[in-house]
Amino acid sequence: MTKRFAFAAGLALALMSATASGADKLKVGFIYVGPIGDHGWTYQHDVGRLAIEEEFGDQVETVYVENIAEGPDAERAITRLARDGAGLIFTTSFGFMDPTIKVAERFPDVKFEHATGYKRADNVSTYSARFYEGRYVIGQIAARVSKSGVAGYIASFPIPEVVRGINAFMLGAQSINPDFKVKVVWVSTWFDPGKEADAAKVLIGQGADIITQHTDSTAPLQIAADLGVVGFGQASDMIAFAPDSQLTAIIDNWAPYYVARAKAALDGTWESVDVWDGMAPGMVEMAPYTNLPDDVVAMAKETEARITSGEFHPFSGPIYKQDGTMAIGEGEVLDDGTLLGMNWYVQGIDDKLPQ
Amino acid sequence: MRLMLERRPEQSRTMTVGSPLIAVAITVAAAGIVFHARGLDPFHALYVYFVEPVMSVWSLEELVVKTAPLVLIGVGLAVCFRANLWNIGAEGQLTAGAITGAAIPILAPEWQSPFALPLMLLAGIAGGAAWAAVPAFLRNRFGVNEILTSLMLVYVAQYLLDWLVRGPWRDPHGYNFPESASFEGWHVLPTLGDGRVHLGAALAVVAVVVLFVFMSRTLKGFEIRVSGEAPRAGGFGGFSRPRTVWFCFALSGGLAGLAGICEAAGPIGQLQPIISPGYGFTAIIVAFLGRLNPIVVLLAGVVLGISYLGGEAAQVELGISDKTAQVFQGTLLFLILACDTLIRYRIRVGRRDDAASAQA
Repeated sequence: MTKRFAFAAGLALALMSATASGADKLKVGFIYVGPIGDHGWTYQHDVGRLAIEEEFGDQVETVYVENIAEGPDAERAITRLARDGAGLIFTTSFGFMDPTIKVAERFPDVKFEHATGYKRADNVSTYSARFYEGRYVIGQIAARVSKSGVAGYIASFPIPEVVRGINAFMLGAQSINPDFKVKVVWVSTWFDPGKEADAAKVLIGQGADIITQHTDSTAPLQIAADLGVVGFGQASDMIAFAPDSQLTAIIDNWAPYYVARAKAALDGTWESVDVWDGMAPGMVEMAPYTNLPDDVVAMAKETEARITSGEFHPFSGPIYKQDGTMAIGEGEVLDDGTLLGMNWYVQGIDDKLPQ
Repeated sequence: MRLMLERRPEQSRTMTVGSPLIAVAITVAAAGIVFHARGLDPFHALYVYFVEPVMSVWSLEELVVKTAPLVLIGVGLAVCFRANLWNIGAEGQLTAGAITGAAIPILAPEWQSPFALPLMLLAGIAGGAAWAAVPAFLRNRFGVNEILTSLMLVYVAQYLLDWLVRGPWRDPHGYNFPESASFEGWHVLPTLGDGRVHLGAALAVVAVVVLFVFMSRTLKGFEIRVSGEAPRAGGFGGFSRPRTVWFCFALSGGLAGLAGICEAAGPIGQLQPIISPGYGFTAIIVAFLGRLNPIVVLLAGVVLGISYLGGEAAQVELGISDKTAQVFQGTLLFLILACDTLIRYRIRVGRRDDAASAQA
């Protein structure tokens, strides 16, 4: 009896899910530039994908292709997802910009979301996060805890995103200690534990007692731990790799945005937007503050709250460029256009920007 | 009873053809086991991996796009390797060709003329050949090992490209992002079908045919083979080794450069910091899988292309990771090389005594 009931119930459920998977089921595709791994840029996008699955269950199906190089392979991978019936596709690296636009032209009914780019269309949105807000906070922390007054910054490529991060970090540090120094090493890679580790050693050797990075591996933080200095995690909470050395981490939290966009696609309310969100909606998050004195934690939390409430903008004037000219004066804030194309250092950075 | 490998008196012709087939069969069987272990239907998985990439017009076009540069570079390398010269730097020659070819649309975007495209292709060939001429010169003049120099020049070329697209050749309207302006009009390769198959594919086929005839029917082709297999004999025959070095490097470098400009002016349509997903290195595998024979290189390029596309299809349709696809490719290449043993050796079943008497 019970058995038969269970069977009937199972059958009914199966039928229901079959109807649900008919026209309404949304397939959401993701293109990743790297392997998913267990921390870093691509991992955080995958967390967003899983959040969509969690939120909508049977209403959605997600697929992904990982480790797609920016270049001739990208267009094919995106086309494959569109042909495979994906209705919403997230292309999660800057270099996928032109391929996304090209594929979107051929699939006008498919909705595309491109991360960190600037080209849009009726069916292509762009989204990015104001990571510089987090950089400002860690800059302040660095200036408070550093004894030598020198931080080492491991940078990937001199694109506006990275330059903006260095400047925000420096402005945060200067708000505490106007004489603070930042030394920069460019490693020309987003992920190369060996190079990143070497860069960290060089920077520590030059007197930096705090390390921060705009690269994806945990190597700099581990080197910092080995050599008895401190640092910050990047993209993901990396506390497991340096339990006594990570002060906090800037976390890329795409999940709320991804869930909202999938919901819009399901509701039929999706339209092309240009989103650049920061701490306020939670797209940029700070990992728990650890290995820090209480007063520094309080300061960091206060800055975080002021940025979240919109009371304070990290790029508030007066700001001077490296050559001493004034970028903006007292009481002004750098506009988004300038921030998006930023290719100059603020005053005090001990490096020449590669041009 | 024991299994023994016994040297054949001469290379087996049957096995030259048969060993890759055996390798593919074992790979398929091994893959079936792996898929089964992952809880997937092995037959469906194998279908997705091997058959689906050639079942639709779209994926056939994509296969051509992926295969064209591999074959173009692979045939050049096959000639080079035949001469016992080890040009490992095709990736750098590809990059150099893309740079010299793209100089025309980037420096003179308003020069729109039917002559622009052929000139770009020629500039690409010249760039690749010039880049390959450096190791050739160093080897001929100073006896420097060409493996090292050609490989090191890959990084030089890549950093040169990197510098160009971040600096002087950066798109002025691109928010300082590292890429050149997009190519327009006569600066883009003509395409077929969905707009992805480009002239490079036709050039690859032409290169295969020309080099096949060249290697098997001409004196120069004979000279290259002799120079590789028996350089001393070649010397007595009046063949100049340095001239062979120059020729082989210029040829393989020129073809790699052509592949480079075809990628830049074809599927990509601009210069970016990275323009090749390792085509220059993968082409080395293609050349060897192709037995250094131009026609077989074409087939090998297709096989490798299918394994890439199949790997992507498997990720999307079966939800397996990129790693499984790579394991698969690795297994295929390993087994093909391993099965080559059968060309020179045969397997015998028997006791030790038999082997001893056979040797006696």
